[in-house]
Amino acid sequence: MQTKPSALKALDIFSLILLAVATYLALVFAPTERVMGDVQRVFYFHVATAWVGLLGFVAAGITGIIYLRTQDLKWDLVEQAAVELSLVFFFIAIVLGSIWARPIWNTWWTWDPRLTSASIVELIYLAYLMLRQGIEDPDRRARFGAVYTLVGAISVPITFVSIRLFRTIHPVVIGSESASAQGGFSMTPDMKTAFFFALFAFTVIFIDLFWNRIRLGQLQQKVEQLKLKVME
Amino acid sequence: MSQRREERRSSYTKAIGAIAWKDLAAELRSKELLSAMLVFSLLVIFIFNFSLELDVKTRNSVTSGVLWATFAFAGTLGLNRSMSIEKDRGCLDGLLLAPVDRSAIYFGKAISNLAFMLIVEAIVLPIYSILYNTNLFKPGLLLVILLGSLGYTAVGTLLSAMSVQTRTRDVMLPILLFPIILPVLIAAVRASGGYLQNLPFDQILPWLNLLIVYDVIFTAIAFMVFDYVVEE
Repeated sequence: MQTKPSALKALDIFSLILLAVATYLALVFAPTERVMGDVQRVFYFHVATAWVGLLGFVAAGITGIIYLRTQDLKWDLVEQAAVELSLVFFFIAIVLGSIWARPIWNTWWTWDPRLTSASIVELIYLAYLMLRQGIEDPDRRARFGAVYTLVGAISVPITFVSIRLFRTIHPVVIGSESASAQGGFSMTPDMKTAFFFALFAFTVIFIDLFWNRIRLGQLQQKVEQLKLKVME
Repeated sequence: MSQRREERRSSYTKAIGAIAWKDLAAELRSKELLSAMLVFSLLVIFIFNFSLELDVKTRNSVTSGVLWATFAFAGTLGLNRSMSIEKDRGCLDGLLLAPVDRSAIYFGKAISNLAFMLIVEAIVLPIYSILYNTNLFKPGLLLVILLGSLGYTAVGTLLSAMSVQTRTRDVMLPILLFPIILPVLIAAVRASGGYLQNLPFDQILPWLNLLIVYDVIFTAIAFMVFDYVVEE
């Protein structure tokens, strides 16, 4: 418990290497897109971070349910870690997307389903963190947190659908494209390599950070227990 | 056997009725909640009037937005008050001790919250009609308002039960509620706008469906998780 497990250390180093390679693939190896130019290179990390943010979002919802079923504080820790990671990665994805959208859509921001849903997730998770901060009792904090992530996990897809009822201009690079999308393109094999590698790299980085965050939470709990012991 | 089940069911609906009736009776005597919500909604409409320049041309397109923003803001006022009364006077503990299923407390509170909201809306709508010389009495619009308020109070009652138990209480509710309630607001604004602009029914139907789906899902969710929110 006190020392970092060696598997985690190895994973730390591995994910650093993966990040470096993914950066190389995205910035150097992948060919420049014909129409959009170099700004399209944002795409590799943009999709990867959004994917990882989504992973965190789903993980938070599921662990919320598991916590409510088991009432085991261990799951609360996992849920909190997932929320924090999802918050950070969605934020990175939104910023990267804006950088791309400025030259391509000629605006930093548009109220598209994906953009709006990602930002709503951010707001829900900020509210989640504020909610937790306002509650002292750890059991109640965990229960409320789980209920709120669960409610959020169900509400966000409905938000997505409801905005989708308007039209969207967000391009769908994988799968079918909607007619009004702007800035779509098809990938060459080299681009696909860079793209899938970035997805893989960020998934590993996510797992690594997730693990680290859960371990941090466990240490926090231990410190709190020791503090209580000292007070007695 | 079936007779006993029948009895239990009737005691359940009786408990819901008793809780809702208690709130309504208390409110009819003090009128503090309703009057606050009403005055507040009128003030919001006044603010919108001067910030949006509600002249004849823009009025048609923004009326539904103004109405729903007003209801949403006034609604948090009512939800907050209705739950903090329970909490402050120790009434919630009493309710929890009562030998009824806890979801009965949720439904009772939700019904009284819905009633308050509908009463406020029933007064605000004619005033708005007079102030802006628009006819708001269309059966379709009233249906949208009912469905929207239903979804709003279904989630609002659950989240207000959570927010009154936090340190920051009143501040917490809108922050928790608004990101979750977004689909209701989008659909309600669109559907009411559709009715006000006399759009054909097949353009309004998707929004109505969305409202119904949201209402059903979130009433069910709140019913399932309310236990965890009031558990001591």
